[in-house]
Amino acid sequence: MKTPTGKYLFNPEPTGEYAVRVSDVTMMFNMAGEQLNSLKEFFLKAVKRELFFKEFLALNDVSFTIRHGDVFGLVGTNGSGKSTMLKLIAGVLDPTTGICEVNGNIAPLIELGAGFDMQLSARENIYLNGALLGYSRDFIQAHFDEIVDFAELWDFLELPLKNYSSGMVARIAFAIATVIVPDILIVDETLSVGDMFFQEKCEARINSLIHEHNTTVLFVSHSIKQVERMCKHAIWIEKGVTQMLGEAKEVCEAYKNSHN
Amino acid sequence: MLSFIFMNTLRSYLKRDLFVLTSLVSKDFKIKYRRSVLGVAWSVLNPLLMMIVMSAVFSFMFRFEIDKYPLYLILGMILFNFMTNSTNGGLMSIIDSAALLKKIRINKAIFPIEKVVFELLNFAISLVAVAAVMIFFEVAPSPNLLFLPLLLVYVVLFCAGLSLLVSALAVFFRDVVHLWSVFCLAWMYVTPIFYPVTMLPEWLQQAMDFNPMYQFITYFRMIALYGETPSLVQNLICLGMAVVTLGVGILVFRRMQSRFILYV
Repeated sequence: MKTPTGKYLFNPEPTGEYAVRVSDVTMMFNMAGEQLNSLKEFFLKAVKRELFFKEFLALNDVSFTIRHGDVFGLVGTNGSGKSTMLKLIAGVLDPTTGICEVNGNIAPLIELGAGFDMQLSARENIYLNGALLGYSRDFIQAHFDEIVDFAELWDFLELPLKNYSSGMVARIAFAIATVIVPDILIVDETLSVGDMFFQEKCEARINSLIHEHNTTVLFVSHSIKQVERMCKHAIWIEKGVTQMLGEAKEVCEAYKNSHN
Repeated sequence: MLSFIFMNTLRSYLKRDLFVLTSLVSKDFKIKYRRSVLGVAWSVLNPLLMMIVMSAVFSFMFRFEIDKYPLYLILGMILFNFMTNSTNGGLMSIIDSAALLKKIRINKAIFPIEKVVFELLNFAISLVAVAAVMIFFEVAPSPNLLFLPLLLVYVVLFCAGLSLLVSALAVFFRDVVHLWSVFCLAWMYVTPIFYPVTMLPEWLQQAMDFNPMYQFITYFRMIALYGETPSLVQNLICLGMAVVTLGVGILVFRRMQSRFILYV
């Protein structure tokens, strides 16, 4: 077991040359430890000295950089380490070794709607979720109408969220997460929720962030066409190892060819 | 210059944490009282009704020689409940916010501490019940009641420490979730809440010196029931116990928090 020396460096200002710099990042999970759920198992394994066996490398020595304003795609099959990479960049996970450096505030669009409380009304949830995302009360107040307009939910504001459809919940979540102009936007398969018209609206909003506000976008999708269409650069990861890094078109081409 | 920037970032982080904290407290508050006709009044009524039931049961069964027994009882009861409610809330706080922790980089300690703040609010409301009982028994409020905020500081620090500790342990060992309520039950019976401390065997009476809850409850009874001034030594003991518990809680929480999201 390597001793954890990994670092996550976060700077809320979009300074420097790169928005994201991932240097020699390795992420190791201890699978034996994952399965421990009771004290009894823990002591049994501790006595048998099995506690630190069974390592799993989710990411193995991955390095890349993303410039400000870039649209960067991550491709790879299921379980290749894409989501782990996003979690490292979002800062919810610290790398085992290596450095993950982020310059600029992040809006994560992973698992839309985490942090909502189904018993509260939409209005109350907008404030709660805004707080959790790091907005100030004044900011939410000033942009409240904007959020409600974007999600198109004027008629249902006082209704508890449990009475909403999942598509409606996703609309509110998207509206809250993108009301701010983030320096870095992480998009993870979220464009597949909501109806067709709302999907178009989401894509338009992301495009306006990219083109008008120079937002850096990290993009993960199973739709290789979408990555090809939207991204400038891309990385292809397979079983935690970098296969290819470069222009999105070339990476996507190589990725497609490998599966023929 | 650099330290100025540092202070500013620190301040903006604190401001953010505080807003998250108040938002979560107001969420818990709304959910607790939503759809109940009497609403917040329940935080006053509940301890009163509990006190009536308990004092009826215990004065019928044991006949302790305690003056103003219901007041003696309610003081111990609400302070002990503050501890159990806040730690039981804290216990699941990290596990319950799993979805959030996997998505947003956020100060994780907010979640267990928020439960303590929320329970402090409920405790403050239930003080109305204490006031009612004091009026009923014609206990004149003494200036010693001014020590109450100080006591609350000790108890809040103590509960925050415990809450941090159990919330972190519960992530790795779910046994803690089941054990904690049993532990609290045993703790409640070993602490002189319903009975006088003299009822305990000699060795347990001495052990009470090391029971923080007994120290806090004694303090509470001195200022609210007997109108006595707590000594400096007593204050130092309470403060010491609170600070040590908080220190242990912070230490354990900080050591474990980076691995939370692998286990929740």
